[in-house]
Amino acid sequence: MPVESVYPALEPLLPRVRKPIQYVGGEVGSVVKDWDSADVRWALCYPDAYEVGLPNQGIQILYEVLNERDGVLAERTYTVWPDLEALMREHRVPQFTVDAHRPVGEFDVLGLSFATEMAYTNLLTVLDLAGIPLFSAERAEHHPLVIAGGHAAFNPEPVADFLDAVVLGDGEQAVLAITGVIREWKAAGQPGGRDGLLLRLAPIVYVPRFYDVSYRADGQIAAVTPNRPGVPPTVSKHTVMDLDAWPYPKAPVVPVAETVHERYSVEIFRGCTRGCRFCQAGMITRPVRERSISTIGSMVAGGLKASGFDEVGLLSLSSADHSEINEIAVDLADCYEGSNVGLSLPSTRVDAFNVTLADELSRNGRRSGLTFAPEGGSERMRKVINKMVTEDDLIRTVTTAYASGWRQVKLYFMCGLPTETDEDVLAIAKLAKRVIAVGRETTGRRDIRCTVSIGGFVPKPQTPFQWAAQFPPEVVDARLKALSGALRADRAYGKSIGFRYHDGQPGMIEGLMSRGDRRVSRVILAAWRDGGRFDGWSEHFSFERWQECARQALADEPVDLAWYTTRERGYSEVLPWDHLDAGIDRDWLWQDWQDSIAPEGAGEVEDCRWSPCYECGVCSAMGTEIQVGPTGERLDGRRLLPVVGGR
Amino acid sequence: MPRSASPVSASPVSAGAAPGPQMPAVQHLVVRYAKRGKMRFASHRDVARAFERGVRRAELPIAYSAGFTPHPKISYAGGAPTGVASEAEYLSLALTARQAETQVCQRLDAALPDGIDVIDVIEGTTGSGSPFGHLEASEWEVVLPGVEPLAAEVAVAQFLDRDEALVERLTDKGVRRLDARAAVVRMSVSEPGQVPADPDGGQRAAVTGHQVCAILRMVVLHTAPAVRPEDIVTALREQGGLAVPLPPVTTRLAQGSQALLAGSEAEPYL
Repeated sequence: MPVESVYPALEPLLPRVRKPIQYVGGEVGSVVKDWDSADVRWALCYPDAYEVGLPNQGIQILYEVLNERDGVLAERTYTVWPDLEALMREHRVPQFTVDAHRPVGEFDVLGLSFATEMAYTNLLTVLDLAGIPLFSAERAEHHPLVIAGGHAAFNPEPVADFLDAVVLGDGEQAVLAITGVIREWKAAGQPGGRDGLLLRLAPIVYVPRFYDVSYRADGQIAAVTPNRPGVPPTVSKHTVMDLDAWPYPKAPVVPVAETVHERYSVEIFRGCTRGCRFCQAGMITRPVRERSISTIGSMVAGGLKASGFDEVGLLSLSSADHSEINEIAVDLADCYEGSNVGLSLPSTRVDAFNVTLADELSRNGRRSGLTFAPEGGSERMRKVINKMVTEDDLIRTVTTAYASGWRQVKLYFMCGLPTETDEDVLAIAKLAKRVIAVGRETTGRRDIRCTVSIGGFVPKPQTPFQWAAQFPPEVVDARLKALSGALRADRAYGKSIGFRYHDGQPGMIEGLMSRGDRRVSRVILAAWRDGGRFDGWSEHFSFERWQECARQALADEPVDLAWYTTRERGYSEVLPWDHLDAGIDRDWLWQDWQDSIAPEGAGEVEDCRWSPCYECGVCSAMGTEIQVGPTGERLDGRRLLPVVGGR
Repeated sequence: MPRSASPVSASPVSAGAAPGPQMPAVQHLVVRYAKRGKMRFASHRDVARAFERGVRRAELPIAYSAGFTPHPKISYAGGAPTGVASEAEYLSLALTARQAETQVCQRLDAALPDGIDVIDVIEGTTGSGSPFGHLEASEWEVVLPGVEPLAAEVAVAQFLDRDEALVERLTDKGVRRLDARAAVVRMSVSEPGQVPADPDGGQRAAVTGHQVCAILRMVVLHTAPAVRPEDIVTALREQGGLAVPLPPVTTRLAQGSQALLAGSEAEPYL
């Protein structure tokens, strides 16, 4: 039986809300399949506003992978803004998909992608509006399976009670495997009901309800143990091993509404082994797997044609590290010369070669701003985080940038890194002034600028800093204030240096949800019931609400907000995510943590792409290997860029 | 904008495109298009983005402006407001190679989202002045769900008898005061039977098919500041005492010169 569209009930509400276009679907690239043509139906959700969720690469990929299959249907749903939420509650309109406006509660699966923990309250809004009970334990046979993925899912414990299952790692093959299991279970007459289905899924996904968590008197976790036979003691991540075999998105959904990224994005490789100790993405996505230059070229050509976008983003965690980035940049710039197609390379690496690449991608265009991420203000700090950039490297890089005509350099930093002192943060001011000085000297101009952008560091699970104490917001804010003063103090530089920062309070709540356990779910539920929505948006976030909800919800526990955030953990403490395996050996992570804070100075870890394997454990645990070129193939180019500075 | 969620911030190095010399325009086409069904909720800027992508998907030889950030040369006649459907929107395209109008009509329509539909394409003038001739007034249809036609007739007659009808509308720039009466050339309540079915089965079709509703037809001058049909409904509500329980569903039916639209044989431009 086809389900009814809720659009007739929704449409009269739309003239009364802001930006109604985001709720109507109908985008180029969107797919509406006949409900009865599919036996497995997915509602894919990015639990934030449409303008943020639509460009999300993960959702775009899975939407296409699923819809390409016969008998499978996938539609998209996003969190509605509070103005529409209120009207939907008043008029009893349920959470809907934007593709065919079908009620989310009618699908087999609600798949949510969490890029950030700050979207957890939005999860509850989506579930509640969909008419799905908030707690997994309260759901009946006919409710969709609620499955989460994305980077935050590497510690899903704070939302474990709200989820039926969690996918760790790459989603392309995992969603198809899940689809297969659901199809067989349905065909067999749904044996064992909901639990029967989850038991069949347990070998490939994490099913929180099949694990019991016990606690010690001091509040630490005593153990996490499977509570029924056939459930593995640890759950491993999924790794797609041939990116060329998964060239998605081919024809992305092109929004009519304005969104945060308006471009065709192609991942040029997945994974990163630079080994930055703060970086969760770099730790959980190993090993590096490159997409070949030929596949990249054909994806760009096909994606531009299908979408009509005029900008291409070459995505990865450190794009200049692709073994054939030189060829990719030259060949794509040649292919699209004179076509008004822009090419961009999101980049954070401090390296003169990056400037050469940016020059090539911008050819004769305006060279407005270049971005680098030294992350730590002092050389000592950068050693602690294993981001091996000397001040001279940085100065050489920005000199190259200013000399090639770039007028603005943006520098990204973090505040509150382990072992950080006031001096480490104030070093950023000295660095920025030196940057301006060399810029003026190099160009002979006064109109060059440097923007310092800085946010508070939040320790993340599955990284060497997972044991670290987070600095309280007061310390972070005081250091940012001191830095701002130091940047403004010198009138010769003040006007040439921009300063952008995020204050420390949201980071504290992000920290609570990043490293929290199942008890934190009570805090999230309380914050949501109190009106918490869109916590990643500064105009919606309330630190007071979260503090108060944490105080009340944890009142009967030996733990509190500070216990989860500003407390350093020991080696033997059971971490909430220890049973979830991202591949990296726990002892290797511990040793790397110890190396970073060694009193005699931090030890360095090289990149295993160009140094011998240091046995972080991923490849042996997951049966994977590094996949890098060069392939020797070319798109249409004949020359290579001069390599400036050391690579 | 959301704050950056992860400590690793990334931003585009640069998105520059070669400015170079751009190809000159050799043909100007005037496009009449509709904004229908769900796409009535698109804003001017949403529609403009859809067309910029549409001309590239259709692989039309669109001309670009010169400079560091070249833009496709598309100019728009004042668009229907967000939430208002239209059968008569206009834009002009500058092309660097001559194309057959029927070809452009087909290819562009196929490249656009459903609901942003190309109706007709004609050769435009290349000289100075507006490419759209004299778009001085629009004919609108306003469906008022839940309103008895007789009640609407009384309110409309009262409105037409007035010398002025001052209303306020909240805009991004604050509260704006307008004389809704001065812009109205003619207005009447039409029979539901005269209303053609909505092509995509949207709210207009649902409302006109199943509920009591009043259907207004009006010709409104393009004044500055613009008087929108919603301002006229506000005047009917506030000054004519008409109860309007649900949001109106509005469609622009035609645009043209005042003389054409005021005449009984209304022949819209293009």
